[in-house]
Amino acid sequence: MSITIDQISKTFGRFQALKDVSLEIPEGKLTALLGPSGSGKTTLLRIIAGLESSDSGRILFGGDDVSNLHVRDRNIGFVFQHYALFRHLTVAENIAFGLESLPRKQRPTKSEIRQRVAKLLEMIQLPQLAGRYPAQLSGGQKQRVALARALATQPRILLLDEPFGALDAKVRKDLRRWLRALHDEFHFTSIFVTHDQEEALELSDQVVVMSQGQVEQVNEPTDLYARPESRFVFDFLGHVNVVSGVVKHHKLVQGDAWVSLPGQKSDQEAQLYLRPHEVHLARAPAIHARLPLRIEAISLIGSEVRIELVPVGWNSDEIWEVGMSHNEFARHNPSRGELWYAVPDIGHLFVADSAQPRSVDWAYTTAANASNM
Amino acid sequence: MSAPAQVSAAPARRFSGRSKRVLPGFGLSLGISLFFVSLVLLLPLSGLVVETSGMTWDQFWFTITDPRVVESYKVTLWTALAASLFNGVFGLLLAWVLVRYDFPGKRILDAFVDLPFALPTAVAGITLATLFAQNGWYGQWLAKLGIEVAFTPLGIVVAMAFTSIPFVVRTVQPVLEELSPADEEAAVSLGASDGRVFRKVIFPSLWPALVTGIALSFTRSLGEFGAIIFIAGNTPYVSEVTSLMVFIRLQEYDYAAASAIASVVLLASLVLLFSINLWQGRYLRRLEGR
Repeated sequence: MSITIDQISKTFGRFQALKDVSLEIPEGKLTALLGPSGSGKTTLLRIIAGLESSDSGRILFGGDDVSNLHVRDRNIGFVFQHYALFRHLTVAENIAFGLESLPRKQRPTKSEIRQRVAKLLEMIQLPQLAGRYPAQLSGGQKQRVALARALATQPRILLLDEPFGALDAKVRKDLRRWLRALHDEFHFTSIFVTHDQEEALELSDQVVVMSQGQVEQVNEPTDLYARPESRFVFDFLGHVNVVSGVVKHHKLVQGDAWVSLPGQKSDQEAQLYLRPHEVHLARAPAIHARLPLRIEAISLIGSEVRIELVPVGWNSDEIWEVGMSHNEFARHNPSRGELWYAVPDIGHLFVADSAQPRSVDWAYTTAANASNM
Repeated sequence: MSAPAQVSAAPARRFSGRSKRVLPGFGLSLGISLFFVSLVLLLPLSGLVVETSGMTWDQFWFTITDPRVVESYKVTLWTALAASLFNGVFGLLLAWVLVRYDFPGKRILDAFVDLPFALPTAVAGITLATLFAQNGWYGQWLAKLGIEVAFTPLGIVVAMAFTSIPFVVRTVQPVLEELSPADEEAAVSLGASDGRVFRKVIFPSLWPALVTGIALSFTRSLGEFGAIIFIAGNTPYVSEVTSLMVFIRLQEYDYAAASAIASVVLLASLVLLFSINLWQGRYLRRLEGR
């Protein structure tokens, strides 16, 4: 069941939570709504569910307009951030709730319900906890029960509001993997809200990045990370190093720092965005860039050594981060307080106020320059 | 995924004062509390026992089973039950309106709920008696329907309901405020009808508080005196409440008999309150997973 979001707007008092949002959610895919708090992602999810009504616009499930349909008639499963399990009911009773709420004609018999609940308990790998009360479960177990409860009536669509937000890191990872496997097995159309970029990129088939009530970019996770279309997406997804300056004589200049930008018009303000893996460190400036930095901190944990640096003789709003393999680290042996030069390999240039970046690849230009010389 | 046991690890019922606390002086504060409770509650109660201990068992039994007194037990019990059940329904409604809706004058209505506590009960009794008398504002209309309230047991119910309604509202209100809207949304998203949401999700959470409120209202009604005597008419065997019987014995300077009857009321109240507490403790333990 695909979902079409057609020009949805919503205001709360004076605050505009959603501004004319249109979106296609493909059938059978796991879609992430990613954004900082206040970006409107949860509001959008609640409007899709029918828990909130939009001021204007339509919601379509598989081509049918459901905008005026009550939540209980939309046949969706909704998983809440804080589980919202019924405290006075056992795990089994919680899971059976949806089935027992069906109109008499569609309601399965008592024994059928019992069988279905047993099956769902099997699916969430907690059959031994059928008789427990929610207060006796851990956070991860509660979230599984909430999921089983939402899936009991076999909804067409599963909506999850920050499903792992309240769990600790380890449980979160387990549960993510488990949800992905569950999704691959049953192929319901699902949307989940998250502010965790890692979670969105790891778990979903498609990511919708939202900011200030609008959709910034919709893409597959790999494309989203490789080709962000706006400054916001750049800033929001992972760390980014920024050189901000003015273009003069085909160079972006700020203080003691410069980066060559062949073919770029002069006297424009511009920002160059560089991912930590798109830069490497050298003891001397390169032909195409001079970015002096001093090492502030070195983090050895993880598959890569993460080096934090501060600019020397120029400014950056945020600290710089450069990744280095452990091999390289052992070879060069950089240490704290040393002066190094950042050498960009690939960069993304935002000129003046343009929203879209232009990619710059120095490997190509320097090679060309070298052959010219 | 295997640590459900930790949920209830923090012991809330600690006796020793060895751990770190916000307020110091566990021993001192407990001592003062116990002393105060003894002074204002236990000592007068033991006075009651001492007073009755002057009687023989037969005398005691004879006093508390006097037909007129027994009739007063019956009247008191059924009127208190009727009043507290009425309050259970109406108080829940009032609390619901105060928590769930916004309307002009909400704060004033909220303040008015406490009025029965603030008003001297005798004043309440006289006011109610005037209102419900044959020619009173309410009474004249009720009389046309053939309903007599003032100077009948029905009047007792009205007086009891009036004086004890804050108990229900004030116990249910905070629980209602703390109910998570997500629970209701979850139920609705699972296809539950409004009635089912109320019965299966909201009511089970309110239930313990509501029962406590009704029980408090009931025990308060058992002992109510001031408001009732002005409206009850106090006809022997018809509209005499037990607290009036105690009062009559006192006027006859028969302190022992007064204490004996009072001890029956006291026992009934205590048994009720204790059993409610026990039951509620079990129910809440389940919700909190202990």
